[in-house]
Amino acid sequence: MNDVERLAHLRWMILARVLDDRMSSFYKQGMIPGSVFTGRGQEAFSAAGGMLLRPGDVFAPMIRDLAGRLAFGEPIIDGIRTCLGKRTGPMRGRDGNIHRGLPAKGLLPMVSHLGAMVSVTCGVLLSRRLKGQATGTDLAIGMTSIGDGGMATGALHEGLNLAAVEKLPLVMMVTNNQLSYSTLNDRSFACKHLVDRALGYGMRGHTCDGTDADACMATMADAVARARRGEGPQLVVATLLRLAGHGGHDDALYVPADLKSRFGDCLPLSERTLKVQGVATEESIRALWDEVRQEVEVVVEQVLKERAPDPDEEDWCAYSVRDLKKVRS
Amino acid sequence: MSISYLEALRMALGDAMEADPRVFVYGQDIAGEFGGAFKATKGLSKRFPDRIINSPISEDAMTGMALGAALDGLRPVVEYQFADFASVAFNQLVNNIAAIYWRTGQNCPMVARLPMGGTPGGGPFHCQMPEAWLSNHPGLVVVAPSTVSDAYFMLRDAIHCDDPVIYCEHKYLYYHLTADFDKHRAEHLALGEAAVRRTGSDCTLISWSGMVHRCLKAAEVLARDYEVECQVVDLRCVRPLDTETILASVAKTGRVVVVTESWPFGGIAAEVLALITSEGFQHLDAPPKRLCAQDVPIPFSPDLYAAHTPDEMRIAEAVLDTMAF
Repeated sequence: MNDVERLAHLRWMILARVLDDRMSSFYKQGMIPGSVFTGRGQEAFSAAGGMLLRPGDVFAPMIRDLAGRLAFGEPIIDGIRTCLGKRTGPMRGRDGNIHRGLPAKGLLPMVSHLGAMVSVTCGVLLSRRLKGQATGTDLAIGMTSIGDGGMATGALHEGLNLAAVEKLPLVMMVTNNQLSYSTLNDRSFACKHLVDRALGYGMRGHTCDGTDADACMATMADAVARARRGEGPQLVVATLLRLAGHGGHDDALYVPADLKSRFGDCLPLSERTLKVQGVATEESIRALWDEVRQEVEVVVEQVLKERAPDPDEEDWCAYSVRDLKKVRS
Repeated sequence: MSISYLEALRMALGDAMEADPRVFVYGQDIAGEFGGAFKATKGLSKRFPDRIINSPISEDAMTGMALGAALDGLRPVVEYQFADFASVAFNQLVNNIAAIYWRTGQNCPMVARLPMGGTPGGGPFHCQMPEAWLSNHPGLVVVAPSTVSDAYFMLRDAIHCDDPVIYCEHKYLYYHLTADFDKHRAEHLALGEAAVRRTGSDCTLISWSGMVHRCLKAAEVLARDYEVECQVVDLRCVRPLDTETILASVAKTGRVVVVTESWPFGGIAAEVLALITSEGFQHLDAPPKRLCAQDVPIPFSPDLYAAHTPDEMRIAEAVLDTMAF
């Protein structure tokens, strides 16, 4: 990866951090119903995934993937509108926070049930094959994401097995952030390393240090390239620490001190590397943060002026077909 | 030409795939010579080798896969080997598929085929009726055809429908129900419409799926032996309900018995009775009744099973009770 791309990677990380922090402050002010869920500490890995995607690919991000969403092309305004429950957002106030997406643009909206989006992503890829679009050695791919907690679900298992059986170009990002809400790894899985699961599914496994932006990008680039070449599904496990509570409501006092001492924060680590290598300076990085904060603030100001959904304007109908008596093959 | 209910389903699948290249079928053991546990896809692999696809035993993933394919523009048909196993796919059906249109505005045209209902010896895990627990979730259309003609046209219409359709097909009817059927001449009722299968002015019998046939037999006994003329309404589509046809029949007869081989608690029969008592109370001459399966899991022994499910005699008794009020 060249230095321009490394700086672009850093910028996505900073944008996600700034936007996450802004939403957290709105939550603390009581402006966001429910909660906020941030990707603090996971930006390097998530952004790497999003940056490697291109139009025509499909991405089903999970709870801590703001960086990946933005890098894939989700407009900044979509997240703000959804968190604030605005009618103007992609979910129109009907769904909130991280449960947002733009299916027509390949961004699938997650449900809260972990692992459920793996098979949905597979369905898009199978559809491409059935339509005759999945030929050659530069395939459109699917990418989705899970954590160490979600790796214990049945849906995840069924989805990965199906991806392997169908040899689909799926990149499964696994972020082992050490914490499934408050539960540590030893109560979530008993294998030595989560990447060992890849062998059982019959897919290639990859690992990287999730706090090392360059390692994340290099590892993900290899996995994505293999999927595009038709080598089938790829499982990539990044190891890092969640640097926030499960949601804005969670003070995470349960995180053991020794765990905290073992992990760094990908963002300052990346900045330091780029400075040491002469790719960035203290000033250029400060300017980047200022530019990003300003970019976010402009959008925030716009969204704050927008009104909330009006129950009287809702059609309160869960069906696209309004009169079944008119459906006729 | 006389064909079975199962042959009508197979014909509908073949014709839908012929007419629309977006249609494909995904399920366990459905491909190749085998053609499915009940042979609904027998012979279709020869005609559509790439579009009849065997899946692993993964009902959740099969169903999520169908959602993804539907979002990408195809018209998937998922076959569960038995409706009972759709409970494994419950999450995908009710959280992902049922809600996607409401959440995003993007519709999800897919069909889930659920071979349901009892056959002796099936036991607790091969005879269940899933329509109540799936109908509870807004966003799913739930249909349960009772005739050969409906088996064909309702499956074609379900595949054509822009919303997800839970297609409940009755396993007993697969082989036991045959009828003359010519798709070019047979009556093609609309997907969301209930049908009056027998006219009568004394009491309304409301049912769907396999139980419609027992209601028709009971109605014959009642007419012959008791001079009670029943109007038999076949719901066909249980979500949404054709409220007009239901209320019109109750207005005509003033008495109603809802008959189902499903369990009583929180079921479709309860929903129909709630509709009748709240919207048609003024028409009633007797308390509306329901006759359901026994409120226990489905028994294995044929004798226990026969006593578990409403039969013609119990239906006739329920009507006579209603008439005596």
